[in-house]
Amino acid sequence: MLSKRVIPCLDVRNGRLTKGIKFKDNIDIGDPVETAKRYYEDGADEIVFYDITASHEARGIFLGVVEKVASQIFIPFSVGGGINTVNDMRDVLVAGAEKVSVNSGAVKNPDIISEGAARFGSQCVVLGMDVKQVKKSKNIPSGFEIVIHGGRKHMGIDALEWAKTGEALGAGEICLNSIDADGTKDGYHLELTRLVAEAVTIPVIASGGAGSPQHMVDAVTKGRAAAALIASIVHYGEYTISDLKRHMANAGVQTRSIW
Amino acid sequence: MLAIFDYKAGNQTSVRRALDHLGIPNEITNDPGKLANSSGIIFPGVGAAGQAMDELLSEGLDKVIKDLIAKKKPVLGICVGCQILLDYSEENDTKALEVIPGECRLFNPSWVDYENVTIRVPHMGWNQVELTQECELFGGIEPDADFYFVHSYFPAPKEEFVIGTTRYGIDFCSIHGRKGLWAVQFHPEKSGRPGLQLLKNFYSYCKEASDAE
Repeated sequence: MLSKRVIPCLDVRNGRLTKGIKFKDNIDIGDPVETAKRYYEDGADEIVFYDITASHEARGIFLGVVEKVASQIFIPFSVGGGINTVNDMRDVLVAGAEKVSVNSGAVKNPDIISEGAARFGSQCVVLGMDVKQVKKSKNIPSGFEIVIHGGRKHMGIDALEWAKTGEALGAGEICLNSIDADGTKDGYHLELTRLVAEAVTIPVIASGGAGSPQHMVDAVTKGRAAAALIASIVHYGEYTISDLKRHMANAGVQTRSIW
Repeated sequence: MLAIFDYKAGNQTSVRRALDHLGIPNEITNDPGKLANSSGIIFPGVGAAGQAMDELLSEGLDKVIKDLIAKKKPVLGICVGCQILLDYSEENDTKALEVIPGECRLFNPSWVDYENVTIRVPHMGWNQVELTQECELFGGIEPDADFYFVHSYFPAPKEEFVIGTTRYGIDFCSIHGRKGLWAVQFHPEKSGRPGLQLLKNFYSYCKEASDAE
């Protein structure tokens, strides 16, 4: 039976692990390679790295982090942030990532999904979506809209339609982040998660809002997600990955129990 | 030394990193002499079966690998490397290497899984392998260990070559072959400790086989 995945997300800025609060005031919370290794050893099923640095010089530092991670952890990991071209995708895959996540780069140029899928295979291409709940309208019939720049810019694209488009273009997976739930610790946006998960046949990773292990159980049961993305609940030692997985298993969720 | 077969369609570097981590001497190569002198060959593969076969055929590497298998060189096929050891793949309507009888088929997204919901394609994530035959590669690995899978097509070899199965809508064959020629659909190099153990076991088998020669 396929296990539901627990995926810690690491934001990396200038080669350091950071946690931004509402996209500002970044706090240094450690070394990304050491943290990834610790999560790997504690049973993480996959790891996501997000490059949140803007500058060109810092990109090299980030790719160095990816290479170091690849030689020390032996589970899949994906990389996102600043992916705007097929060459950007190639750089992170060559550095050792299994998957690359495109987000605003795909909103601006959807062809990057199909070009990436043709060149590296659909399994490498994750469509990252930042979504905000809005009033249902003719343009946004689902009431969920694609946003970029951390939710500051509304794109006038219906999230449900965008998920289906992404799948049709060749994305192999969707990482679905609710901007409304993000940082609240009140739980994932289950309505959004289920809506998207039922509209596509590719796996959907629920993201944004995890505050307790029960939230993760809900994401993969009520929300029909294949995986739950987590950040602050493990970064600050509130829970360990193995605690979370044990709780999920006790709640009847199929998880990977041996690592 | 283990040779990692180089044919431009493989995840050679991930395999190399895992072997380096284990301290297993290895080399990425397609040089027939080096392959013949290795104690065993890892035959990786990512992407599409059609493209993988095109790469092999254009360089004449199909004959190289088939010849080594015929001479009983131990081989471990991974993912697409596992699929194209069969006769045929539905992916790109590809005539494959015809080393193990059988074919590779597409998962049907209308198949229903254990939660009574239809399966998602690709099959992506951690799943278990139930052995239907004893297999040297699984020494020291817990029976309910998970391995990492990512694929849309699955191997369907002739029954006697099935070594283990995995439940995903159906019970598909996730490891096939015979002693010394193993093909795994999952990625041992990305499957944490159980995957690393499997690579170690393959290397131990290769060393013993070459010492016995």
